[in-house]
Amino acid sequence: MRDWSRDGTARDERVAAGRVLARGKAVHRDDAAKLLEALLKPGDRVCLEGDNQKQADLLAEALTRVDPAVVHDLHMVQSGVVLPEHLDVFESGIAKRLDYSYSGPQAARVARMLFGGKIELGAVHTYLELFARYFIDLTPHVALIAAVSADRDGNLYTGPNTEDTPTVVEATTFKNGVVVAQVNEIVDRVPRVDIPGDRVHFVVEAGRPFYVEPLFTRDPGAVTETQILTAMLAIKGIYAPYAVKRLNHGIGFNTAAIELLLPTYADRLGLKGEICTHWALNPHPTLIPAIESGWVEQIHSFGSEVGMDDYIRARPDVYFTGADGSLRSNRAFCQTAGLYACDMFIGSTLQIDLAGHSSTVTTSRVAGFGGAPNMGSDPRGRRHPSAPWLKAGREADPDAPAPLRRGRKLVVQIGETFGDGNVPLFVEKLDALNLAEKLDLELAPVMVYADDTTHIVTEEGVANLLLCRSPAEREQAIRGVAGYTEIGRGRDRAMVERLRARKVIQRPEDLGVDPLDADRSLLAARSVKDLVHWSGGLYAPPAKFRNW
Amino acid sequence: MENLTYRHKAKTRAPGDKPLALVGVVASGNLEVLVERVLPDTDCEVAIATTAKGFGDVWAAVVSDFVERRSPGGLRLSINDGGARPDTVALRLSQAVRSLEEGR
Amino acid sequence: MSDLTPGGTSESGRGGVSWYEASARQRVRLLLDAGSFTEFVGPEQRETSPHLQVFDLPEQFDDGMVVGAGTLGGGAVLVAAQEGRFMGGAFGEVHGAKLTGLLRAARDLTSTPVLILFDTGGVRLQEANAGELAIAEIMRAVVEARHAGVTVLGLVGGRSGCFGGGGLIAGCCSALAVSEQGRIGVSGPEVIETNRGVEEFDSKDRPLVWRTTGGKHRRLIGGADAFADDTVDAFRACALDLLRTTGPLTLDTLRNEQARLRERLDRFGACADARDVWAKRGVDDAGAVPGLPADDFIALAGRVAEPSHDAR
Repeated sequence: MRDWSRDGTARDERVAAGRVLARGKAVHRDDAAKLLEALLKPGDRVCLEGDNQKQADLLAEALTRVDPAVVHDLHMVQSGVVLPEHLDVFESGIAKRLDYSYSGPQAARVARMLFGGKIELGAVHTYLELFARYFIDLTPHVALIAAVSADRDGNLYTGPNTEDTPTVVEATTFKNGVVVAQVNEIVDRVPRVDIPGDRVHFVVEAGRPFYVEPLFTRDPGAVTETQILTAMLAIKGIYAPYAVKRLNHGIGFNTAAIELLLPTYADRLGLKGEICTHWALNPHPTLIPAIESGWVEQIHSFGSEVGMDDYIRARPDVYFTGADGSLRSNRAFCQTAGLYACDMFIGSTLQIDLAGHSSTVTTSRVAGFGGAPNMGSDPRGRRHPSAPWLKAGREADPDAPAPLRRGRKLVVQIGETFGDGNVPLFVEKLDALNLAEKLDLELAPVMVYADDTTHIVTEEGVANLLLCRSPAEREQAIRGVAGYTEIGRGRDRAMVERLRARKVIQRPEDLGVDPLDADRSLLAARSVKDLVHWSGGLYAPPAKFRNW
Repeated sequence: MENLTYRHKAKTRAPGDKPLALVGVVASGNLEVLVERVLPDTDCEVAIATTAKGFGDVWAAVVSDFVERRSPGGLRLSINDGGARPDTVALRLSQAVRSLEEGR
Repeated sequence: MSDLTPGGTSESGRGGVSWYEASARQRVRLLLDAGSFTEFVGPEQRETSPHLQVFDLPEQFDDGMVVGAGTLGGGAVLVAAQEGRFMGGAFGEVHGAKLTGLLRAARDLTSTPVLILFDTGGVRLQEANAGELAIAEIMRAVVEARHAGVTVLGLVGGRSGCFGGGGLIAGCCSALAVSEQGRIGVSGPEVIETNRGVEEFDSKDRPLVWRTTGGKHRRLIGGADAFADDTVDAFRACALDLLRTTGPLTLDTLRNEQARLRERLDRFGACADARDVWAKRGVDDAGAVPGLPADDFIALAGRVAEPSHDAR
């Protein structure tokens, strides 16, 4: 007779081993490493929670202190490789294999460790893909997660930064895994239950808040005139003609500039209520002026943002909030929303090639993907129509019979032709390809593929790739907005002028954008303090963004 | 410092009545453009003093596009450059011409 | 454009244009009565620095200083404005000479007020001797003009603040208006840290730097006579008000000022932080001062700020 619950029995044995260190579900933080030694077995798949925002930092540190003779060769399956500890465990042999999504600040070290053979790489995923694989073939044996507070039964309040937690817990607990939560504090009653206690096996009180990176805060003081010009082109050349209401923005200064132009420039164009009403977006401080001016109907968020909690709490008509009043974010749902329910993604990138592939990878950094490819891709499974989606589909394939024609999501890459340090945005060959050759990867880490990209906006103009009818036209459309980069100067001027006549390329003068308007006085807020004023004092920016 | 001067023929006289305008400021990555209506209506001259040496071909391309797009006939544009990117230069040049039209 | 924009520009002109963000030329144009400004030694005359070429540095056609005449509220004024983004608004030979000349003209005219729109880190290192001499000449020219009956107002709210020799000149003015962003001092935060150590002053601690050198502190200790919100409008209102209320320079003003400064040192000399000074001064919630909106702060300063007898 086969035993059909061996995994459950194994889970019970792990939990029993951990119980030795616990009072109820609570384990003292000094015993955190011992707890992990008791729970973990060599080769386990472990999800150490952390993404581009919040981090289970206490548990990450504890994992570095387990005895590598007892715990080794772990297979880490986690959204973010962000803290130094996330890589320290590979140096010491505690971990061996890695499947992940995002590695922002550790990108250079990840690259070095991949070259050095310290990490056996599974794959670099998008968030949604990795979440999906948690339920298919990368299900964690143990999940180490972070929450704001817990009660004695292990009910968790994740606070505004709920993010990945429900997804990680769902995949782990319901498939015989063990869940350990670090919490800032243990309380008698949690403000709301984000994770029911019967899904949580152990709770470690950290006595301090878990780390959160203010990744989505852009100081309006650093927005340049060129970025303002580019933002005006995007608004007039894309937002207005497609009447984009449902959208996601990237985190760069170009899209921050657009957010800050909504209550001024876009208002002047009479676009209020016509564009930018429904968002899949983190609580960007730079969107505060548009919200306060009545532009925004609602926003669903992947996570929260440092300093925005009181503001969000005071704007429940706009944000998703719980009965306790605080934000409820959810990365998996918001990524799904961005993929299927938004008509446009617009974001910055570091490199664009002549076909329109783009990447943020450079040869010395493996930054991962995060969620951008989910936002920046055309979902083939989409079936509901909307005006922008249908218009884009019509432009791409005007001759197809309308009832059988797919719409297209607008996937817009925006940037200045020269980035930081005068590095050109446009290249013959992506560094991602060089990296793939160096690391012998089967897939180059391309952020947004050419066949998903519909528009490119630079200070020189808007290129509508949907209207291109051949690879040659596409190449010249890209060269035609590539400014004075080598790619831009290598354009076929006659062909670019023909594309301009067909409105494949539109210049500022074609769109009626006045260069004199490219002035910082056009920004609804010009400093972080302006944002605080707009918020009625509710936004509390972190110290590094303050000058008062 | 490198000094560069470009002379072009322009199709039409630059619009507006103001004789003089100044846009921008000399700072890192920025530049100032002093534009004066002092030449015959068919001529345009751009004189540059720049900290970044060896970018003559890029300047030539930026200036030639500017003349083609804005037709700045009659203007002498004098630039003090603190190492601005070409896109900033192009923006300032168009702002300078527009400033001769506007009362602002 | 939307009326909702705080500090935003309006189609019609000056509106709430940010002083901090505006260029020297924009400040002058929007501060004075519309269309009234006439520039002396304008950029088309190309009176540039004779020194910068030696260092292979770019020049600016006005050497970072705009001087001229216009009207404010209908009355004639002379005005000088520093461009804080060109070499940090630093004083060089030409830059300084333009201001000296303007002040000497004011002295000879005896009744036309001068507005100095400071935006400077001090003396330009590349022309240090000429710059130091310029500072001395300007200080003398300010005092001579004031002695002749001229009111000399300083307006401080630019990105480079008012430091080094600029801080000394500001100290010679009849009255100062400052915004929160308008830091005033002689040694800047980095200089203090370099010379006295990070324990004395941590120049990376932004809130500390701003509450020590920023406009709110200067206003509360009597170092500035008026506080302006960061708009050209607010500075214009302050300037009009100070021109009405500022008295002449007499021996008594100097004696009173000396007494005030001695008393201030006695009373606050032991305070370790600006917040201690404010609390002693009678501010109930000193910690809240940096976050106060301009209107609330002006009301508070009206209640507790030290009466200023003259300059600082």
